[in-house]
Amino acid sequence: MPSRRPELNLGKRARGRLIQDGAMTVLFTLSGGVAILFIALIFIFTFKETLPIFTDPEVAKEANLAAFFTTAQPADELASRYVWQPTSDVPKMSMIPLILGTLKATLVGMLVACPLGVAAALFSSEFAPRRLREIVKPTIELLAGIPSVVLGFFALIVLATWLQATFGFTYRLNAWNAGMALGIALLPIVFTISEDGLAAVPRAYREASLAVGATRLQTAIKVVLPAAAPAIFASFVLAFGRAIGETMILLMAGGNAAITSFDLGDPLRTLSATIAAELGEVVFGSGHYSALFFMGTLLFVITFASNTVGDWIVRRMRRRMQGEG
Amino acid sequence: MFLILFTLSLPPAPFPSTSLLYAPVVTDQENPMKSTSKLALLSLATLLALACGGERRSSTGVTGSGGSNRPISVKGSDTMVIMTQRLAEEYMKAKPGTVVQVNGGGSGTGLAAMINGTTDLAQSSRPMKDSEREKIEKGRGAKVVETPIALDALGVFVHESNPVKELTVSQVRDIYMGVAKSWSDVGGASAPIILYGRESSSGTYDYFKEHVLEKKDFAPAVQTLQGTAAIMNAVAQDPNAIGYGGIAYAKGVKALPLRAEGAVAAIPPTEATVADGTYPLSRSLFFYSTDKSPAAVREFVAWCLTPEAQALVTRVGYFPIRGAAPEAAQTTTHAQPTP
Repeated sequence: MPSRRPELNLGKRARGRLIQDGAMTVLFTLSGGVAILFIALIFIFTFKETLPIFTDPEVAKEANLAAFFTTAQPADELASRYVWQPTSDVPKMSMIPLILGTLKATLVGMLVACPLGVAAALFSSEFAPRRLREIVKPTIELLAGIPSVVLGFFALIVLATWLQATFGFTYRLNAWNAGMALGIALLPIVFTISEDGLAAVPRAYREASLAVGATRLQTAIKVVLPAAAPAIFASFVLAFGRAIGETMILLMAGGNAAITSFDLGDPLRTLSATIAAELGEVVFGSGHYSALFFMGTLLFVITFASNTVGDWIVRRMRRRMQGEG
Repeated sequence: MFLILFTLSLPPAPFPSTSLLYAPVVTDQENPMKSTSKLALLSLATLLALACGGERRSSTGVTGSGGSNRPISVKGSDTMVIMTQRLAEEYMKAKPGTVVQVNGGGSGTGLAAMINGTTDLAQSSRPMKDSEREKIEKGRGAKVVETPIALDALGVFVHESNPVKELTVSQVRDIYMGVAKSWSDVGGASAPIILYGRESSSGTYDYFKEHVLEKKDFAPAVQTLQGTAAIMNAVAQDPNAIGYGGIAYAKGVKALPLRAEGAVAAIPPTEATVADGTYPLSRSLFFYSTDKSPAAVREFVAWCLTPEAQALVTRVGYFPIRGAAPEAAQTTTHAQPTP
């Protein structure tokens, strides 16, 4: 705030502090700017590599929007099926099975992480004694530090065997298996943000509720939880964004079969896992290459849209909560 | 310098990116403090990682600066990693001061690295395609040197409890194309067949597609795993599974004898049947270098063809190349270049 700087005869130390303040402001602004610049550059790069499917006729022959979202050519033996076989003699690049796989894994992951995360957050903020809370909170947040490759390995070796033995799945690696491992990765996101939101609910709300004779459970469920709804919803949005983009867990534990099936007991292949598995060998500038970058653009757009819409809803919820809606 | 490190530390931090949603919701006074300290911790960790990484690299640089002792990098086929790893270990013991680094990634990845000039030696479980050869010879102005280093049998594996005793190659094709869906279709119990396979960057995938599927597409239901070891693990735990891969990895699974079209009997993969070519799915494993490769690389490749190295190849589970000369006639018959 240079305009408000008082024209006084400042001491040496005060002047030094002002300079330091200014320098740090510039530094932080710069860092923020760099982060935004990175996102913009990454998007431009991804999109640039996608462009040939619209501009280059050679590439567009194999990779085009019709191929991505409709069935294989009728002349083919796999006619009227959505097939991802990009290295075949007749490349087939339907992304429907991959999008379906991504959504299936995300669904299971959210089904695991959302209820569990919110319940754990409620326990930690409303019911746990302070001592216990100080153990539970950092422990769950520590989950965020587990590399996803470790979670994937755990799901591949331990969880898959256990699930198959317990529920008798035909396929060892399926949406349940991958989704549950994904849920473990999403749990700390849901928990941390929900917990912070619950803790931020003013004490007066609880006191008022208890004063009119509500039990602790009633207070937690009917007063505190709705008051923290915007934060909880925000945690779901962030978890969704992470789930859509998560790669390693699904690459290892999902089975990677690009089949169009709504059965959660079948193996799945996600967009992100496909990029990870196939970008290593793809011929630069080919239709397959552009198709993989199209997937990247798609993932970027989905995450960006969900975050934007989520943010908008959160703001609305907060405004309504404060009685301005 | 400080600025560069600082900005580098930004992308991996999970919190700044979430702050968009996080900030307006939470009114907790502590939070800005907490996230800055987390950020500081992260940037510190990144700095440390960078510092360590840098130091390590420079220390190998010091050992390598003695002249021709630059580390030899080998990259490619996952099938060959365990073999090349053992060869490299023995070679480094026999010639102290040399460093051979072995990486996997798949044959295609190794050959791509060769084209880009990021590896000295590419290991591949399939012959180099003409298009790849052309790229190296044009792009780097060097002639490609192909050296068959071992023979391998591509095994078809099932769970040890599976009652199926043998398969014909066309039955394997039906299974992997999704025509035969139940084990009862190929003389087994009435249970669904669970298919496991490799990613398309794998040389084993290419070989299998060309020689078993006759270049047709795999069924979409094939679950692709990262590496032959992962397939072995999956097949060993799944009573209805079938998988394929280099025979050296067979552990806790049953390698089925295969019967080729028109053959009288099913042939199990053994050294004798691979060497005389009666096992239907035997193939050569290759090292690719160029005529401009450093002398150290050529020495290593030549050493791999010595009797002691070939004995090691056998011990790992592959089969030796007959005759030490790379141009041995009997090996080139397996290496038909793709049209």
